[in-house]
Amino acid sequence: MIVTACAIAVVIISASLLLTVYRLVAGPDVTDRVLALDTMVVNAIGLIVLLGIVFGSVMYFEAALLFAMVGFVSSVAFCKFLLRGNVIE
Amino acid sequence: MSLLIEILVSAFILIGSFFLFVGSLGLAKLPDTMRRLHGPTKATTLGIGAMLIASMLYFAFVRGVFGIHELLITLFLFLTAPVTALMISKAYIFRNKETQRSLPERAGWATLTEPTRPPDAIKR
Repeated sequence: MIVTACAIAVVIISASLLLTVYRLVAGPDVTDRVLALDTMVVNAIGLIVLLGIVFGSVMYFEAALLFAMVGFVSSVAFCKFLLRGNVIE
Repeated sequence: MSLLIEILVSAFILIGSFFLFVGSLGLAKLPDTMRRLHGPTKATTLGIGAMLIASMLYFAFVRGVFGIHELLITLFLFLTAPVTALMISKAYIFRNKETQRSLPERAGWATLTEPTRPPDAIKR
């Protein structure tokens, strides 16, 4: 049952990744693209956690944690750059 | 017991993926940036929380491994999503002149004023 649920969830999360890719390409402003990247990171974390459940390995959580940190830092740095023209003043 | 855990894990996986999809659909479909901000910051955070609960239940009861990683990821994501939303909305206000004109005048907007520097920063 869990494997079936994981298969359905992989399809749904891949569809939502495609939606974020659409916003990343079509977004009229730069902030839309930053937001799309942030959502894409969250979707990727969901996919990684799902892979961890399917393969039964705990190692995937390290990757998910690293992904979360890098995604947060990159989107905040990008917004800071848009606001001030500089990341570290 | 085992069947109950399986049903619970599958339900949490499906709920999580559904809310991830709802958040991304909101991001793709809503008309402007301030409205698009709602989908990823609320629905997607809820979805990833449900996925991590499913993973925690699965590893604790099926595999017999209890880890704290999922709690760490949940805590980190739930703390950082509002900060990212705030920064993105500040950048949007800073870049969009029409939104700036519609803001109330009385409040001081720290995003729009020049940064005040301490006196020793000018000398350097």
